[in-house]
Amino acid sequence: MEGLTKAYPGVVANSDVSFKIRPGEVHALLGENGAGKSTLVKMIYGLVKPDAGRMSLRGQDYAPAEPSVARSLGVAMVFQHFSLFDALSVAENVALGMENPPKLRELAARIRKVSQDYGLPLDPDRMVGDLSAGERQRVEIVRCLLQDPKLLIMDEPTSVLTPQEVDILFQTLRQLAREGTAILYISHKLEEIRSLCDEATILRRGKVVATCTPREKTARELAELMVGTMLTPPERSAKPKGEVALEVAGLSVASPIPFGTTLKNVTFTVRKGEVLGIAGVAGNGQDELLLALNGELRTSPSAVKIAGVPVGAAGPIQRRKAGMVSAPEERLGHAAAPDMSLVENALLSGSVRKGLTRSGFIDWAGARRFAEGIVQQFDVRTPGTDVAARSLSGGNLQKFVVGRELSQAPTVIVINQPTWGVDAAAAASIRQAIIDRAADGAAVVVISQDLDELLEIADSFAALNEGRLTAPRPTQGLTMDQIGLMMGGAHGMEVAHAEA
Amino acid sequence: MLRLEKRASPSRAWGMATPVLAVVLTMIAGGIMFAILGKNPVEAIRTIFWDPLFNPQFASYSRPQLLVKAGPLILIAVGLSLGFRAGIWNIGAEGQYIIGAITGAAVGLAFYPMGGWFIFPLMVIAGAFGGFLWAMIPAVLRTVFRTNEILVSLLLVYVAQSLLSSMALGALRNPQGGGFPGSRNLSQYPAAANPELIAGTGMHWGVVASFIAVTFAYILLQRHMLGFSIRLAGQAPRAARFAGVSPTRLVILCLGISGALAGLAGLFEVTGPAGQISIDFASGYGFTAIIVAFLGRLNPVGILLAGLLMALTYIGGELAQFMLGLPAAAIQAFQGMLLFFLLAVDLLSNYRIRIGRAQ
Repeated sequence: MEGLTKAYPGVVANSDVSFKIRPGEVHALLGENGAGKSTLVKMIYGLVKPDAGRMSLRGQDYAPAEPSVARSLGVAMVFQHFSLFDALSVAENVALGMENPPKLRELAARIRKVSQDYGLPLDPDRMVGDLSAGERQRVEIVRCLLQDPKLLIMDEPTSVLTPQEVDILFQTLRQLAREGTAILYISHKLEEIRSLCDEATILRRGKVVATCTPREKTARELAELMVGTMLTPPERSAKPKGEVALEVAGLSVASPIPFGTTLKNVTFTVRKGEVLGIAGVAGNGQDELLLALNGELRTSPSAVKIAGVPVGAAGPIQRRKAGMVSAPEERLGHAAAPDMSLVENALLSGSVRKGLTRSGFIDWAGARRFAEGIVQQFDVRTPGTDVAARSLSGGNLQKFVVGRELSQAPTVIVINQPTWGVDAAAAASIRQAIIDRAADGAAVVVISQDLDELLEIADSFAALNEGRLTAPRPTQGLTMDQIGLMMGGAHGMEVAHAEA
Repeated sequence: MLRLEKRASPSRAWGMATPVLAVVLTMIAGGIMFAILGKNPVEAIRTIFWDPLFNPQFASYSRPQLLVKAGPLILIAVGLSLGFRAGIWNIGAEGQYIIGAITGAAVGLAFYPMGGWFIFPLMVIAGAFGGFLWAMIPAVLRTVFRTNEILVSLLLVYVAQSLLSSMALGALRNPQGGGFPGSRNLSQYPAAANPELIAGTGMHWGVVASFIAVTFAYILLQRHMLGFSIRLAGQAPRAARFAGVSPTRLVILCLGISGALAGLAGLFEVTGPAGQISIDFASGYGFTAIIVAFLGRLNPVGILLAGLLMALTYIGGELAQFMLGLPAAAIQAFQGMLLFFLLAVDLLSNYRIRIGRAQ
């Protein structure tokens, strides 16, 4: 790979991006959400055509019209979201992605060989639906490796993995690189990039702002290159914690979501002023836990208590009255109604605690003031409060949703993925706002898949694994190893590199 | 190449303009159809839209008919629109309309030939209650057994129609009617009659009720938390659950309100324009109201206008049938075009058309 230039004008785009990757190099593509990483990668993989500029692959001009051309030239990609069929076996899934699949038995043998060579044990006959997220990712990787790629693109591969699984993945990637495969590694997780990558290209607003060797920079320097401003880590107060504000005891409830996770005997308490961080790989009961806490999912009355009052059987409105606010992970469609204005969305969850109704009649002027207050205080970039929620960018809507909940003088706050898809500067301000509320005496539960985030803001730490919650432990003094084990270790993958 | 692009926010201007555009397009397409049928398109359109109101020969008869026909359509459509907004599909307003007429008429007939101011109000309550109860069947079945309210409410229409025939032939038959099917004529029983309030306008209590319903629905949707919950549940069901809206309560409320209003429409019809419970009392208002509700964009004021427009095409259509010899099917096709164009151009309030290739 040498010389890769493209201009791509427009709103969300790349302009005049150039970089090169040498064979055997692990190259990081680093940038905030919306910096143009995905667009760039889609052009390399032939999903989007560049408006201008030129790519070349191993000295040859390279302009893939579609992904199959890219694949035949030795470019393979592992997507952030898997494209696998649950009801088919591993081998069948792999065959589906090939241009000329061999016989299944032959393919199964090849899958076994490749997966053993690279320390990614995989049984070709198993159903994909039974595999863990880490194992599914292996299916995708093995699928790519069977094509003997010259360039392997990995899009945020670690977001679904436990720390142990990340280690296994990195060993595989290093082995591939040693054998001469070029790897383009996309992420915004700085520590990963520092430990894995040889070179990094940093994108900001579609432009290359820096190229560096990540090992020579600190994570903080990388972050500042990525964001373009100085970042201040959130300040935490060391105030003693108050009495118990939220008590969850023996919470067991079946998931209302098809293929969801049943919560099993979840037990924890959060004191006033305390931030409890709940980690876990996606799909281990995070959504269900939020629903059971905010009242969308009812349980026995004593399973959830706010300030000692049983609310397990109460709905969202009563729980808001009791002082609880919540922000679900899915912003559009769950936390906010996409086609409604920001004023209406402010009313959506704010009507109870902000007193925006009088005997059922809506105080629209009050709702507007509330919405405007959120927009101002949480720096939501929007032309006004009358625009539909869906017209806001993901990060701005997240600021609005989190701001809406935090502005209601809550005593208990439950947030799922507070900074998911939000740029680093906004994420920092959201985290600071959460910590500020805790300092004001609110009990906070933060459910997140971003371990760095939890370690930064949480006083105590627990992990969800297949619907079970580990006992919360103080965050201080926890090692990455312990955290990984709390999250369920490597889901039976420990043998992986023993012989590799 | 034409391309659709989603608007950042729905366009209000287009939301207002699309009904007008749809009517214009219907006139053009309908005119072409009439021309192919060998009729003068301009004359046909004029006969449908203009003559019922302004032709000196027919207007004295057909002008009052406008409110008589629009009244029940609006009343039923306003009720339906609340449910439709929340994603609750009451397709069986026709059945609730029939049952409302039966229960209301039954109360009135029970008092015959007594006089008294209280009889008509009692009948009104009974009519609304009858429609409400009939709508509670799909509501309870949906909330308890998760049945589909579209099917249940629709099938209950046919049950109601059979019940109507049975009532006209049996329990409610006029004992002095010489054995003919049909009840006593309520419009000739002063204590139970729903007369024309202002001579020559067609205005009766049902029309008054429909105006009141429009006003209340408007206030409910704009200013009240219940109306907000209804809109929220329709637009983003999961956000509604997050907000604390109870789906069960909403199903009961929406089906209940629409059933009660349909029952009211039936009661006002049976005591006024129709006059009696008869085998052919059901005239399809309950189904046409579904079209009216959508034609009016599920907006109370829009429904008021749509109801009037729909009534006009009915009256004008009949006029065109006997004045120009247009077949009834052509008139129905014309009305169908109206709905078709309305739904088609509705796209423009959420999307804009771009010319050129995608970037």
